[in-house]
Amino acid sequence: MSQPSSNILADVINKYEAELTNDWKRTLTQVSVGTGLESELAQLCTQFLPLFSRAVQRAAQENINSTEWDEARNLLAEFSRLRARQGFTPTQTAMFIFSLKQPLFSLFRREFATQPAELADATWLSNTLLDQLGLFTVEVFQQSRDQIISRQQQELLELSTPVVKLWQNILALPLIGTLDSSRTQVVMESLLQKIIETGAAIAIIDITGVPTVDTLVAQHLLKTVAAARLMGADCIISGIRPQIAQTIVHLGVDLEDVITKATLADAFVVALQRTGATLSPTLKA
Amino acid sequence: MTSDVQIPSAMPLYTDDDVVRVRAQVRQFAVEIGLSLVDQTKVVTAASELARNTLRHAGGGEARLQILQRENMRGLHLAFSDRGPGIADIGLAMTDGYTSGGGLGLGLGGAKRLVDEFELTTEVGKGTTVVIIKWKRF
Repeated sequence: MSQPSSNILADVINKYEAELTNDWKRTLTQVSVGTGLESELAQLCTQFLPLFSRAVQRAAQENINSTEWDEARNLLAEFSRLRARQGFTPTQTAMFIFSLKQPLFSLFRREFATQPAELADATWLSNTLLDQLGLFTVEVFQQSRDQIISRQQQELLELSTPVVKLWQNILALPLIGTLDSSRTQVVMESLLQKIIETGAAIAIIDITGVPTVDTLVAQHLLKTVAAARLMGADCIISGIRPQIAQTIVHLGVDLEDVITKATLADAFVVALQRTGATLSPTLKA
Repeated sequence: MTSDVQIPSAMPLYTDDDVVRVRAQVRQFAVEIGLSLVDQTKVVTAASELARNTLRHAGGGEARLQILQRENMRGLHLAFSDRGPGIADIGLAMTDGYTSGGGLGLGLGGAKRLVDEFELTTEVGKGTTVVIIKWKRF
């Protein structure tokens, strides 16, 4: 009975570790020309190979999800996440693992020149494992990208709903971008909250930065206005550009119960009058 | 310049984000054929209503966008199709203020008023397709 192929594989890697590391580094330099991270990659090669051979030796199955592979996977995961943040492509990330194949296989060919069965076994095993590891780096890469995106979405959500105080008792909510349901919910809540906190009598909702006002957006606006009114604050919708006005008319949306103005400045004047402030031109001497 | 159409690009409509993407693409095409700002806004809004209907009432579908070229006219041809439940009473669905989805009930009729041509084909249990065209005015 011959040795299991995992032991053969681990033995070969251990025996020629230094040589393999060097070959791998050279292959990496060829495929990752211009990325300017050769030293970082080289260091990673040196760290990864011992972990790889140890895992191969200890793990019973050809499955990198078992606990024996934890160390190797953690190292790769860290590397993938870093690459995702640095803006590399998934290919560039996975190439780190796949570029180990060529030096490893030529090593096998030399080592098992007279043992075709061992050659085939070792090649197959390492091929299976490296494919899994390569896919694993892509998976982690993808996950970190998704995390970055969802974090940015969250930041955008928070950034995009500033409620500002313009004057005593006057709030303004400049809306920018697409008003989908989840954003509108945040907008409405933050406006109503601010009305409570400041005791404002008038809130100006400015839609200059909203490119499309369809019936859903109109409905959201009307609901916000109605909710604010229940809390004792009046709303003025400003920033209604000519094309938006015409579109709203064609759609048949009824905004007659709401005070609307073309610009934020106009709305502000109305708000000042409503709250009892007076505007008078300063006479210059 | 008499030959008709560009290859329609089909866009999936299964999430709110898809609606936003369709809207952005419609706006880009509208700018490309030189629609005025008002007409751009109208056709984008109509597309938004119909895309939202596809999503809300049928659970999803697809939008096909193409630019029409006729003699010396250019237009934007948009088709929204789904395999949803269909519309039993078209007249009722087109009525302003009637809604089966909790909205304002203005989307379908409003979309029709915002464009030059509007065609609705539906079969109960099979699905619905709405085609709209907005021509560039000279």
